[in-house]
Amino acid sequence: MTTNHILTVENLTARFQTPDGEVAAVNNVNFHLDPGETLGVVGESGSGKTQIFMSIMGLLAKNGTSSGSVRYKDSEILNLPARELNKIRGVSMSMIFQDPMTSLNPYLKISKQMTEVLVEHRGMSEAEALKRAIAMLDRVGIPGAAQRVHMYPHEFSGGMRQRVMIAMALLCDPEVLIADEPTTALDVTVQAQILDLLRDLQKDFNTATVMITHDLGVVAGLCDRVMVMYGGRVVETGSVRDIYYDSHHPYTEGLLKSMPRIDHANEESLFAIPGQPPNLQNLPTGCAYQERCGYVMDRCCAERPVLTVFDQGRASACFREDGQ
Amino acid sequence: MTAITAHKPKKATSPILSVRDLKVHFSVPGKGLFAPDRKLRAVDGVNFDLYPGETLGVVGESGCGKSTLGRAILQLIPPSSGQVAWLGKDIVGAPHREMQPLRRDLQIIFQDPLASLNPRMTIGEIIAEPLVTHKPELGKDEIKVRVKRMMARVGLLPQMINRYPHEFSGGQCQRIGIARAMILEPKLIVCDEPVSALDVSIQAQIVNLLQELQREFDLSLIFISHDLSIVRHICHRIMVLYLGNVMELADRDSIYAAPRHPYTKALISAVPIPDPEIERNKERIVLTGDLPSPLSPPSGCVFRTRCPFAQDKCATASPTLDRVSETQEVACHFHDSIS
Repeated sequence: MTTNHILTVENLTARFQTPDGEVAAVNNVNFHLDPGETLGVVGESGSGKTQIFMSIMGLLAKNGTSSGSVRYKDSEILNLPARELNKIRGVSMSMIFQDPMTSLNPYLKISKQMTEVLVEHRGMSEAEALKRAIAMLDRVGIPGAAQRVHMYPHEFSGGMRQRVMIAMALLCDPEVLIADEPTTALDVTVQAQILDLLRDLQKDFNTATVMITHDLGVVAGLCDRVMVMYGGRVVETGSVRDIYYDSHHPYTEGLLKSMPRIDHANEESLFAIPGQPPNLQNLPTGCAYQERCGYVMDRCCAERPVLTVFDQGRASACFREDGQ
Repeated sequence: MTAITAHKPKKATSPILSVRDLKVHFSVPGKGLFAPDRKLRAVDGVNFDLYPGETLGVVGESGCGKSTLGRAILQLIPPSSGQVAWLGKDIVGAPHREMQPLRRDLQIIFQDPLASLNPRMTIGEIIAEPLVTHKPELGKDEIKVRVKRMMARVGLLPQMINRYPHEFSGGQCQRIGIARAMILEPKLIVCDEPVSALDVSIQAQIVNLLQELQREFDLSLIFISHDLSIVRHICHRIMVLYLGNVMELADRDSIYAAPRHPYTKALISAVPIPDPEIERNKERIVLTGDLPSPLSPPSGCVFRTRCPFAQDKCATASPTLDRVSETQEVACHFHDSIS
């Protein structure tokens, strides 16, 4: 079977063994990614959004196991041994993380951290690799790249460090870039710079991008398609316009309504989703959102709604969709 | 510098808090063994009045001095100079004996809800602590009654009184922090990024709770935040700080409808709006560069190194906060020509 999907994920499940029992962080997740598109993955802390991509990249914590299928183009990559996986990750698929300080090695100069991957994967000489590293730092907007490449991570500001991370991720011209909350730790004016940079780079390199975030504003500006996660499952998918203007799942609807808007004066109190996010160790029978949902029916507490396609590219996991 | 009066037409009372030319300078060791200490101007001359029942938003990026300002107002960090008048009386440098009774009226809520609660105390003890300190005449039973009443008021089940902080989620911990601040029925609460660490769906709950409590108890709030969307929702007036200096101070509707300072314009335009059409088509002012080090702030206007409209004058003279309308004050030499 050949498709033009660059990444195809089927039935992906990730579980963690903890002293308090097994935690099902990701359950039966299916999605695909096409060249050049941007997929937004939205959810609260503990919704499983990051663990999907940690599984794909083979970066789960030691107590975690994943099952299902992840195909990069046509080859299966889930649970490959590190040696095999290293031919793909960092080369064809790169990831950038929320906190750039903890994802850079504080003991090594930026030059060392950036050239390593080129020497290793591309067989470049040190001098060639350094030249490419400087060019890439320049491309992501680091002033004086030729000098700053020889500095240590702590000598950069938060925004500049995130630019270094992005430059590192793009060194080998990846086809997939996974960005996990890349702007959450940054100030708004710096966030705007980084988002502009990501938009520009996408135009230039046509990289397929996954944007993992809790910020619906960031997704609105950047993404083509959106996948909403709740309690370790996908609860709704659709194009960015579908999700924002015609959301079907009560959680998506609640999330959008509960955000205060900078472009509206609002004299009333905010709409608030009641209750707390679910504890993955202790999920209720039926729908994970039942306790907080305004449309809850008897059926929601007995049976878990499955993600059902109801239109081209649109799916929602809610019994309301069944038209009853 | 002119004193600032609030636009608060419904109540013509006197302010409960007046801050005049407040400065907080920290001494930082110089580079090298015998180098002289350097001065970090965290807050560098802030003026404002706060009225009963009013919420003042203090916004700015990390390192702009907004948390230091909040703490200096409560005398948790000693101000270097200036005045903080609480109910007409200057409390800067007041001895502990004089400060202690005032602390009943001046409370604070912190950003990290779990880290600001003692893990070895039950939440009943945590919420009761201010009562035990400030109202020692109350009996144990009376304290318990008041704690349970406050727990119910902030949305915690009173039967959880003997549990420990780690048993609660982030949103619930913030409710505990709010209960602790509210138990003495204070007049002013400094909220230092109270919802930043919370999930989106929980933020709205806490914001609503703060607004309800404000109405019920005629509370004044100083709401420190970097989230301009939430500030727009909860605040009556907004102060924009940059490197310890006030860039703009205006009532909510003026500042969002027509920001006058280039920094305020950039901040507002940088906030992503959760609406694809609006977000993709809005006008954006993207600032270049990073915040300069507060140890060596730029000469003249502190914002000039990132300002798209900076001219020669900005490097030599620092602008004063000028009143441009009844409700709006701006510190920019060129606010007339750029807006």
